[in-house]
Amino acid sequence: MTTTPMVKAEGVHKSFGTAHILKGIDLEVAPREVFCLIGPSGSGKSTFLRCINHLEKISAGRLSVDGELVGYRQKGDKLYELRDNEVALKRRDIGMVFQRFNLFPHMTAIENVMEAPVQVKGESKAVARARAEKLLDRVGLADKAKNYPSQLSGGQQQRVAIARALAMEPKLMLFDEPTSALDPELVGDVLDVMRGLAEDGMTMIVVTHEMGFAREVGDALVFMDDGVVVESGHPRDVLTNPQQDRTKSFLSKVL
Amino acid sequence: MTDIKKTGSTGTPPTPAAGPAAITAIPVRHYGRYVSAVIAIGLLASIVYAFSQGQINWGAVPDYFFDDRILRGVGQTLLLTVLSMAIGIVGGVLLAVMRLSKNPVTASIAWSYIWFFRGTPVLVQLFVWFNLGLVFEYINLGPVYKDEWSSFMTPLLTALLGLGLNEAAYMAEICRAGLLSVDEGQTEASHALGMSHSKTLRRVVIPQAMRVIVPPTGNEVINMLKTTSLVAAVQFTELFRYAQDIGQNSGAPVEMYFLAAAWYLIMTSILSVGQYYLERHYARGSSRSLPQTPIQKIRANLLSLGRPSGGMA
Repeated sequence: MTTTPMVKAEGVHKSFGTAHILKGIDLEVAPREVFCLIGPSGSGKSTFLRCINHLEKISAGRLSVDGELVGYRQKGDKLYELRDNEVALKRRDIGMVFQRFNLFPHMTAIENVMEAPVQVKGESKAVARARAEKLLDRVGLADKAKNYPSQLSGGQQQRVAIARALAMEPKLMLFDEPTSALDPELVGDVLDVMRGLAEDGMTMIVVTHEMGFAREVGDALVFMDDGVVVESGHPRDVLTNPQQDRTKSFLSKVL
Repeated sequence: MTDIKKTGSTGTPPTPAAGPAAITAIPVRHYGRYVSAVIAIGLLASIVYAFSQGQINWGAVPDYFFDDRILRGVGQTLLLTVLSMAIGIVGGVLLAVMRLSKNPVTASIAWSYIWFFRGTPVLVQLFVWFNLGLVFEYINLGPVYKDEWSSFMTPLLTALLGLGLNEAAYMAEICRAGLLSVDEGQTEASHALGMSHSKTLRRVVIPQAMRVIVPPTGNEVINMLKTTSLVAAVQFTELFRYAQDIGQNSGAPVEMYFLAAAWYLIMTSILSVGQYYLERHYARGSSRSLPQTPIQKIRANLLSLGRPSGGMA
């Protein structure tokens, strides 16, 4: 079976000034796959995630989403940089959830979820509201629709943020340490929502420190360190029987 | 949460039924406070007494308070304030965007503008505009407009340019601070949803920046209202100038200064109230509950007077 991979990275490099963050990343994410990225902080996991929707520009290599290059258009053997509005058009299909939620604080929960469909897709408010209500219900927050983010707990805010990303009906969801800023007892609610998404067949790339979630829900797992992929495979195999010393020492500290 | 509110508004002593007895202790006496209060009141009374005994004919103030010229002056002052602030805000937003732009040319032009207009006194700027006829004898905008500088540069235009362009420099810094105060994660989240730069600015960044921009802008409006009195120096007649004129003709110059001061105080007080409500509007979502407006406070107090034992359900 040969399907177009949802995300394909070939020799992706990223530098900030003299700091070389990504040193040649090669990986493939299949459609409907839950792909987990683990590794110590500073290993480049989040940077790589941000490259996928072009919040960061890659320095070298090729990165494509659903068969199309990220940030460039290829004509013959020349690459043309995409304009801002073309980049924005591609980002519509990629949802992103941030470690620090980044909800819009001046809008209520439901307004947060309605914002992008109305402003970006030009959807009518009635249609957007109906979908937003359904999504808030799905993340278990139907009764919090009229609350402002400051009136919600961290776990509730993160679930609103997931609903906000889903409102654009993306084909790919990026999660950047979605539970790292949460109190331990609030983590479960957010992971439950993500598990539900995985069961519905959403393609997800998850940067996480939740090894339990990775083992249970993940279809593939990559361990990154110092800007390179150290080890990859099925989460069960990598987490229970790591082959590399670096992986072993990392897992011995977090498990 | 609700329990605390209830006990607070019913006015019953907060002694729980089965709790330990409240502490009864002799409170600390703050004798210093009594002494300083007496001194302050004494000083205040002596100042009021001095003014009442001085050679000031207080009766002249109410006589001229609603004089036609004074009212016209008030109108001119308000007009000048509104128009100069409009120039200042539009110019300020423009300069702020220019300064934050990635284009080094526009950024440094904006920087130089702010450097110059903020670094020289507004009175000097007014005189420069007034006397620019020495540099430009004619104004020539091709087929559109052509005139001698002196008849083009009316007192109103001088005042507007002098005050407005100066204000733009200050507003630029206020707007820039506001835009920079919005967390970068907001821009990222907005971009990640596929929103364009301008939509992000308009829908996400500016509404949040307003919380930081509005309070100092309110100060600027109040400041501007008072600064308009300077334009009397470039032949524009507004409240201060009219009061001065009346004072010289009626032989009560100092009284008219007090009259003008009273009018300025009335106008700035009204503006302060407006500012309060504007700030409230932009504070949406920033705190868990908005503070009560003065009217809400009064209403709540009246209600609790009417029903002394009732809760605020």
